[in-house]
Amino acid sequence: MIEKALVGSKKYWGLLIVLLAIMGVGGICYLFQWNYGLGITGMSRDVSWGLYIAQFTFLVGVAASAVMVVLPYYLHNYKAFGRITILGEFVAVPSVIMCLAFIIADLGQPTRALNIVFHPTLNSILFWDMIVLNGYLLLNILIGWNVLASERKSVPPPRWLKPLIYLSIPWAVSIHTVTAFIYAGLPGRGFWLTAIMAPRFLASAFAAGPALLILLALVVRKFTKFDPGKDAIQTLGKIVTYAMSVSVFFVLLELFTVFYSQIPEHMHHFDYIFAGLEGHGKLVPWMWSSVVLAVLALILLLNPATRKNENILAIACVIVFFSLWIEKGFVLVVAGFIPSSLGKVFEYSPTVPEILITLGIWAMGFFILTILYKMAIMVKEEIAS
Amino acid sequence: MYNGGKIFAGLIVFICLITFPVWYNVVRGKAAYRPELKIVTEEKECVESSEYMRNEHMHLLDDWRNSVVRENKRTYTAYDGKEHEMSLSNTCLKCHSNKADFCDQCHNYLEVTPTCWDCHVIPEEKKL
Amino acid sequence: MKIDRRDFLKIGGLGALGIAAKPVINVLSKGESAEASHGGGAVGGKRLAMVVDLKKCKEGCTDCIDACHKAHNVPDFHNPKDEVKWLWNEPYEKAFPEQEHEWVGGGMKGGPVMVLCNHCDNPPCVRVCPTKATFRREDGIVMMDYHRCIGCRFCMAACPYGSRSFNWRNPRGCDASGNTFIEKQNPGFPTRTTGVVEKCNFCAERLAKGLIPACAEACKENAIVFGDLEEADSEVREVLHSNYTIRRKPGLGTRPQIYYIV
Repeated sequence: MIEKALVGSKKYWGLLIVLLAIMGVGGICYLFQWNYGLGITGMSRDVSWGLYIAQFTFLVGVAASAVMVVLPYYLHNYKAFGRITILGEFVAVPSVIMCLAFIIADLGQPTRALNIVFHPTLNSILFWDMIVLNGYLLLNILIGWNVLASERKSVPPPRWLKPLIYLSIPWAVSIHTVTAFIYAGLPGRGFWLTAIMAPRFLASAFAAGPALLILLALVVRKFTKFDPGKDAIQTLGKIVTYAMSVSVFFVLLELFTVFYSQIPEHMHHFDYIFAGLEGHGKLVPWMWSSVVLAVLALILLLNPATRKNENILAIACVIVFFSLWIEKGFVLVVAGFIPSSLGKVFEYSPTVPEILITLGIWAMGFFILTILYKMAIMVKEEIAS
Repeated sequence: MYNGGKIFAGLIVFICLITFPVWYNVVRGKAAYRPELKIVTEEKECVESSEYMRNEHMHLLDDWRNSVVRENKRTYTAYDGKEHEMSLSNTCLKCHSNKADFCDQCHNYLEVTPTCWDCHVIPEEKKL
Repeated sequence: MKIDRRDFLKIGGLGALGIAAKPVINVLSKGESAEASHGGGAVGGKRLAMVVDLKKCKEGCTDCIDACHKAHNVPDFHNPKDEVKWLWNEPYEKAFPEQEHEWVGGGMKGGPVMVLCNHCDNPPCVRVCPTKATFRREDGIVMMDYHRCIGCRFCMAACPYGSRSFNWRNPRGCDASGNTFIEKQNPGFPTRTTGVVEKCNFCAERLAKGLIPACAEACKENAIVFGDLEEADSEVREVLHSNYTIRRKPGLGTRPQIYYIV
């Protein structure tokens, strides 16, 4: 099927070349980081994780959200999703690859990365995260590829694939739960020390992921002859609505516990992101943007009239994606370190090379996504004709 | 056969490229040389036989570092029963105090770059 | 009893699962057994600890810090972002946030508290490390294996005391005007390399030679007492017995082994 990705219009090649160029710039910056060390980033002794790990966290959610199309189709036989499960699985694949790339980019000694395998440590959550992420990647490649190949030959998927598809459903939940455990089990970090971390992660993932999927489905419809289907997009819209509502609700629960109990180690972090602390407030505009965008998205999504209008739905999805990206792809990780475990406020902002490396990895993700989507859509078009 | 000419031309270019290091050295006249080690110590014996050290010193050093760092065992009993402190800087380099003429000779020859010296301090070299 | 192939595979599978689960159970139960053994004398007979008498500690004195950083080739990057430190002073309020109030007396308010790795009995950094690059020795020292560290910095997120530093850049380098970050290299101890985490090692290399930690040796006021808690007549036990001591963030269950006389 890979041959489908090797023929295409000028637009297709143009997109790939642009993405390659961004990857190239990111790659050159990574060489600088390789030589100089992670000091090239904005990270510090106090804020020891930054943009990379935040992107990793956010993208685990995007990857997990494939389950939102797989589950209704395979468990509830919801036919409208039959056409787009492949689109969900082919979002998951590049997302997981980006996750792994962000982890590697964040390692101080990337050449020693395999020590995680050579010295397996069962009590480390990072070890389990490595297992579930790689497993999820493998599952989605296997499932996506085989389903597409049998679709092309107009035969049902091989029987051995069914158990793997069922397995991929709880597995998707596991990747985001384990990722939440990285944060939720640390004794001295009040911002993260909350049992609702995993549910919060899942809720925001099931909003941001399907929102991205809606946008991709709309792009696919505009530029190709394949139509993912109005029903499928509307149902995804409802999923985004529910998940976003639950996500906002979970954040409000967090705010209640923190501000009503008034335990300083927990509260100071929230003070910092919403109002600033000791005169430092770099994250305040970001956090309030996220809040305003979340409210706006909910208004547009909860009202059936606006949700059913695909143009407005698309705008709402962009808003959902950015609102959650700010909250989870940036603030959640950085604010866990501010104030530091010694009660100091030392701020963080990413540097230019750090941002370029990040963009390079995103471009790599979209590069893989474009190729996978090209294959899937060519097959779909072939069947249709 | 389709495009036979192109395939063979491609194969020839490929073979030329992968054998580049071989004929480059032949042309430059710098064919294989033997690395020459200088041993500057007055001691007659290393902790193990020369042959063993030549083949296995990297594994021995690996064992030493794990033993010292992870198990807090710092004494090595040599094959002749003598005891030595397990230390790269303090034991190995006490005798082999000429890193450039000893360690680097073979490492350069074989293009291996051990990372020992990124952290471990090289004591001042003794003049010969 | 007849076992067909299907049954055999089922039993075999369950058995394999049990074997796979055993190390997990071992790991999960380890925390409790350490707690139990700590009360009544640990096996192995060693539990190294330090008592710092803050009443003897002089304001403005940095003898212990200088001795430590010199002995261990700790670099000084002259900026807080890249900072690496093993031992340093924190104001009382930052070291003991739970014990802070408006009327703290006894000269403690704002006063310097020497802080370092607590060599916890139940160290979160060891729990999270994915490669066992940081581990707890039998005598209680929480060690770093710089050869194995991949630089993921999970331990830095896990340490509730901010005791860990990362090498954001090459500690052997020098600044724009050519001053080396390590002022004078101690040939008896290695430096670190870019991209690994480092911290206080309780002077494991000196203990092996029968010496006490460099900070304790350097302190002219004898404010630092170091020794083995399992030894009934050791000086640490004596000092702990005859003084009221506190530890940093005891509520987190990490069981720090640095005790402070306030």
